[in-house]
Amino acid sequence: MQRLRLTYAVDFPLHYASALDRAKVWERATRRAGLTLVYSSGFSPRPRMQDAAALPVGFRAQAELLDLWLAEPADPAEVQAALSAALPAGLTVRQVEEVALDEPALPAQVRAAEYSVAVETATPAAEVRCRLADLLAAEQLPRQRRGRPYDLRPLIEGLWLESEGAGEIVLAMILAAREGATGRPEEVLDALGLGDDFCRVRRRHLILESERPGEGP
Amino acid sequence: MQLSTEQIERLLCRVQRPGRYVGGEVNAIRKDWDATPIRVCLAFPDLYDLGMSNLGLAILYHILNGLEDVLAERVYAPWPDMAMALRQAGLPLYSLETYHALADFDIIGFGLPYEILYTNVLEMLDLAGLPLCSADRDARHPLVIAGGHATFNPEPVAGFIDAFVIGDGEEAIVDVVTAYKTTRDQDRLAQLAALAQIDGVYVPRFYDVAYRDDDTLARIAPNRPDAPLPIRRRLVPTLPPPPTRPLLPNITITHDRAMIEIQRGCTRGCRFCHAGMVTRPLRERPLAEVLAAMDETLAHSGYEEVAFLSLSSADYSHIGELVEALGQRSADYPLSISLPSLRIESFSVELADAVSRGRHSGFTFAPEAGTERLRAAINKPIPAGQMLDVARQLFQRGFRTLKLYFMVGLPGETMEDLQAIIDLVYAVRAEGRRVHGRQAQVNVSISTFVPKPHTPFQWAALAPLGEIRAKQGLLQERLRGSGLKVSWNDPWLSRLEAALCRGDRRLGAVIQRAWERGARFDGWEEWFDRGAWEAAFALSPGPAFYACRQRARDEALPWDHIDIGVRKSYLWQEWEWSQQGRTRSDCRQQCHGCGVNLAFGDLWTAGWPCPSPKKEGG
Repeated sequence: MQRLRLTYAVDFPLHYASALDRAKVWERATRRAGLTLVYSSGFSPRPRMQDAAALPVGFRAQAELLDLWLAEPADPAEVQAALSAALPAGLTVRQVEEVALDEPALPAQVRAAEYSVAVETATPAAEVRCRLADLLAAEQLPRQRRGRPYDLRPLIEGLWLESEGAGEIVLAMILAAREGATGRPEEVLDALGLGDDFCRVRRRHLILESERPGEGP
Repeated sequence: MQLSTEQIERLLCRVQRPGRYVGGEVNAIRKDWDATPIRVCLAFPDLYDLGMSNLGLAILYHILNGLEDVLAERVYAPWPDMAMALRQAGLPLYSLETYHALADFDIIGFGLPYEILYTNVLEMLDLAGLPLCSADRDARHPLVIAGGHATFNPEPVAGFIDAFVIGDGEEAIVDVVTAYKTTRDQDRLAQLAALAQIDGVYVPRFYDVAYRDDDTLARIAPNRPDAPLPIRRRLVPTLPPPPTRPLLPNITITHDRAMIEIQRGCTRGCRFCHAGMVTRPLRERPLAEVLAAMDETLAHSGYEEVAFLSLSSADYSHIGELVEALGQRSADYPLSISLPSLRIESFSVELADAVSRGRHSGFTFAPEAGTERLRAAINKPIPAGQMLDVARQLFQRGFRTLKLYFMVGLPGETMEDLQAIIDLVYAVRAEGRRVHGRQAQVNVSISTFVPKPHTPFQWAALAPLGEIRAKQGLLQERLRGSGLKVSWNDPWLSRLEAALCRGDRRLGAVIQRAWERGARFDGWEEWFDRGAWEAAFALSPGPAFYACRQRARDEALPWDHIDIGVRKSYLWQEWEWSQQGRTRSDCRQQCHGCGVNLAFGDLWTAGWPCPSPKKEGG
């Protein structure tokens, strides 16, 4: 058995698939690529694969992580080439590396995620800057999501204006992404009064526990 | 006009399940638009989630794209949220391969497997920015054609469609494209005249309809000397090779699995079954071809489930070998098998064993009626004991759930038949409980019998609404308890279906009015708008006239000009035999003279179960 870690990018149109939908895409692509996954036993055997963190529908991503368990060890470079030929447009394997079988599960290793969010807005950049400062200065940001009250503030680990142009600003965010404590970019936009504007979200980076906090820009 | 991904992204930002509207599937074919002279858009008037598993569309997609000078793309009915987004943005409905507006295509081909999709056809034409009525379109507009099982009675949508391809489409679609190619610079009338010469093609504009004072049909007659009468459906004598590069959806759809058609047609002769009458004779695909297609399809897809499609899978001559072969291919990864339409009488222990070795989602059987008497009337004679034997064998092999299909409202049905359904369901549950205790589950689906054109029941009346409601209510009340789940459908929807499937040309105005009042996705409970339809039926003799009236033998039927090759006199005899409780055996055992081998005598092959048309007794 071999455990491989894939770093992959998600782009149009695959960003319209849910994480669950994409699991099927991966599963079938590995078969077309001639790779044999390890299956669970039982009445409905499932292939052993694990995504680090579910990517919401509509988000693009630059460096998602996925672990695959192969029944027969293979050369990571060959796996990358075979998978790349089998995947649909919008899903790109950027790196394949072997990891130790006993390494903790990926979802347990994820600490935070870094996003870039391009927002088309009539709100002037200066105004956005003010709102950013206010938001970061707040001690609490009580909000509701699906009827449940929570505090958004501690989930924001970093938030800054990355660029501004005519009618469009780009925000960067580092948001907590631990089990039961996941910050969502739309919630931040909403807290900034930009929730109704057209935006494009790209998850740039998943920050694992092994990375020290504050390693971002 | 070609939409940009930018435009599409803006449309999709507030739409549910946007993955339905972007294509990008593995095995989708994107040919060079500018370099390909003939462009066809295959349109399926139901949601992507269902349309993606339509076999007819998959077959035509591959045939058309296999032609050098033709490209075929796809479009499915957008869910109402997407339709609204398109209208608000002022953008047209577009194809999934290259995002071209539908109006940019030369031909739009609708697949119409069932009647309840008609309002979606209008919705799609409207979203494409095209005039709804054939008479209002000319050679500047795409040619709008349609095929599929609903089109064996094309009249209700005759006003919207330029030409129907009736019957098997594999060869006819190539003829249509060829005829279009030779007339593309001519006017629409000349284009249609060329199409009308193709076997199996019906151009409704070339036929006039007259009615009697009692609203029944007087006649349908050609208004041009070159328009054929009757229009005989198209038949491929031998099944062409199946498509083996399935389009793989990137999102979850209803039936996401490899599909291999193992045979077309059926030898059983169930009297209610439209498909069984209009797809005669049985044409089996050779085992070697099925196996090769399966291997290729799996290699090109990575699918984990294979469905062997047929009207009666267990009747396939090599079903055992097929299931065995699938089991052998499960060595690398678990493959499951799906056998839709299993007949109880041809189901075997061996088949159950072979199937249960792989993964399997469960079994469905359709006794249709509760008593042997009523099953004889519909010519689906299955002894109740055999039903219980099969149930016992499946439960013993570890399956915990069985699904049973029944119909209410069959001609000649009595309360005794309903009681027998109840008794049979409880008896099946008892078999399950003997093996699995409280974990045994029987799912019962109760549908309403809808008389279909070109079947022996085409003269029968749909049961009145009140009667159906009372019968459904009784079954719901009596089939309660643990281990039982009962589902049924809205009787009003069955009535609509019954009116549409046996309707005449006057229903075109009804369909259009219903659509104008907001009817679409009529088969979806959350969208079915009874009020819109009731108002629309003011424009015609009314749904009861079409649905709930028993026809006399001499009444002209709105689909009489469509010849499926089965003699009308044979259907009438079947209707009489049904009332007498007489059954017909499987036509592989004995030819009953339905006439299909004579109608298609020049196509006859020894592969058919039918006797040669040249011999006596055909």
